[in-house]
Amino acid sequence: MKPFDYIRADSTTHATRAAGQGANFIAGGTNLLDLMKLEVMAPHKLVDINRLDLHQITEVDGGLRIGALVSNSDLAADMTVRKQYPVLSEALLAGASGQLRNKATTGGNLLQRTRCYYFYDTAMPCNKREPGTGCQAMEGATRLHAILGTSDACIASHPSDMAVAMRLLDAVVEIESAGGAVRSVPLSEFYRLPGQTPHIETVLEPSDLIIAVTLPAPAKGAQTYRKVRDRASYAFAMVSVAARVQMDEGTITDAALAFGGIGSQPWRNPAVEKALIGQKPSPELFAKAADILLADAKPQKDNAFKVPLTRRTLIATLKELCGKDAA
Amino acid sequence: MTAVFSDRIDIALRVNGEEVEARVPAGRHLVDFLRLDLGLTGAHASCEHGVCGACTVKVDGQAIRGCLMLAAQADGADVWTVEGLSDTGDLSDLQAAFVARNALQCGFCTPGMLVAAQELLAQPGIPSRHAIREHLSGNYCRCTGYEAIVDAIESTAQARADRGVA
Repeated sequence: MKPFDYIRADSTTHATRAAGQGANFIAGGTNLLDLMKLEVMAPHKLVDINRLDLHQITEVDGGLRIGALVSNSDLAADMTVRKQYPVLSEALLAGASGQLRNKATTGGNLLQRTRCYYFYDTAMPCNKREPGTGCQAMEGATRLHAILGTSDACIASHPSDMAVAMRLLDAVVEIESAGGAVRSVPLSEFYRLPGQTPHIETVLEPSDLIIAVTLPAPAKGAQTYRKVRDRASYAFAMVSVAARVQMDEGTITDAALAFGGIGSQPWRNPAVEKALIGQKPSPELFAKAADILLADAKPQKDNAFKVPLTRRTLIATLKELCGKDAA
Repeated sequence: MTAVFSDRIDIALRVNGEEVEARVPAGRHLVDFLRLDLGLTGAHASCEHGVCGACTVKVDGQAIRGCLMLAAQADGADVWTVEGLSDTGDLSDLQAAFVARNALQCGFCTPGMLVAAQELLAQPGIPSRHAIREHLSGNYCRCTGYEAIVDAIESTAQARADRGVA
């Protein structure tokens, strides 16, 4: 690990000012410290934000405001989350291990970096790590990689489970910039597609600090998180589906679907949901939804299995949530 | 900010119940601070990437990865390692169960297993074998195949429940 200077921030103003001087924020550190050991990231300065007053979960306007420093463990165990937003609790508990969830934070989880093997290997070219050097993943091992929202510069997938559930729940990110101005960005507009600049992953400016994530009042319907991975626990998603479906007298009256493991960011396609709403569940309808989702999929040799796997996972999830009404 | 950016950080914390003060390099990881500066070699530095769980210690009541936390971040914290938890007797029944069930061979993963398992055993009720496996999924053992470890934790949970302590 390259040497660096460290400071503890005691206010958000101080934290954003330090970031303005070129420091990286460190919260739980579970991803950043690993990347620093490998010298994939080599910040000269770290500003530790753990002592900022961002640890609360509060009910606001029928929804929930989650401080950026709430740990993944605490968020998963929160009674309001478990009752009103069970998909979020399930997604959190499907990620990492207990020791990591105890340290990992809400804001940090949104910002965790891809687990692309080539991004992690500093001997390899990588447009995300070193812009303009090329992408070794294209012709390499792509089991973990994205099939949606990729570009000819980058096919890395977003690794988060939590962010997939947050995307389903229409989360909004609260951001404080240097100078103290606070703005809100819907998670749907928070991540950027890789295009030719895969190193720019979000709309955050260098001194921007995530201070909270807010969830609107819970929408009606049954929720679930289904994750498919190479082993039963402690592995990144090959495919995951966060889903909410509301049924009324045998008809799907509302539906929302978000996907992990297959997109360059937590993936959601409104056209898939629109195709389901107002319809009676049937194998044909579910197949149609999968067709729409996967119409633009661009698999590589190694991860072509994700197309049928996503289809089957989506159909199984819809069958589960539509219950006995599913044909 | 109360201080300026520095590559040496003063920390004051409690380790196994004792007050400790030190000046550490900013890049010192907690597990290295415990092992190299304090001589507490129970927590092992193994993969050093947060994968294997051999470095598991308790910080402010929670099991965490000692390799993915800076010593600087432990300022003010209450840290417990397998040494301290052994001295207090908190782990003695679990340790005895590990021995009785042959839940270790080389023993390298055992300190991390014990600290991780203690967190699970502190929760109410007797965990299912599935819950034990899930809880330990971030702790690797390359010798035992895990069955004996799960046996030891399950039998400890059962024995504590029978004694009315959990």
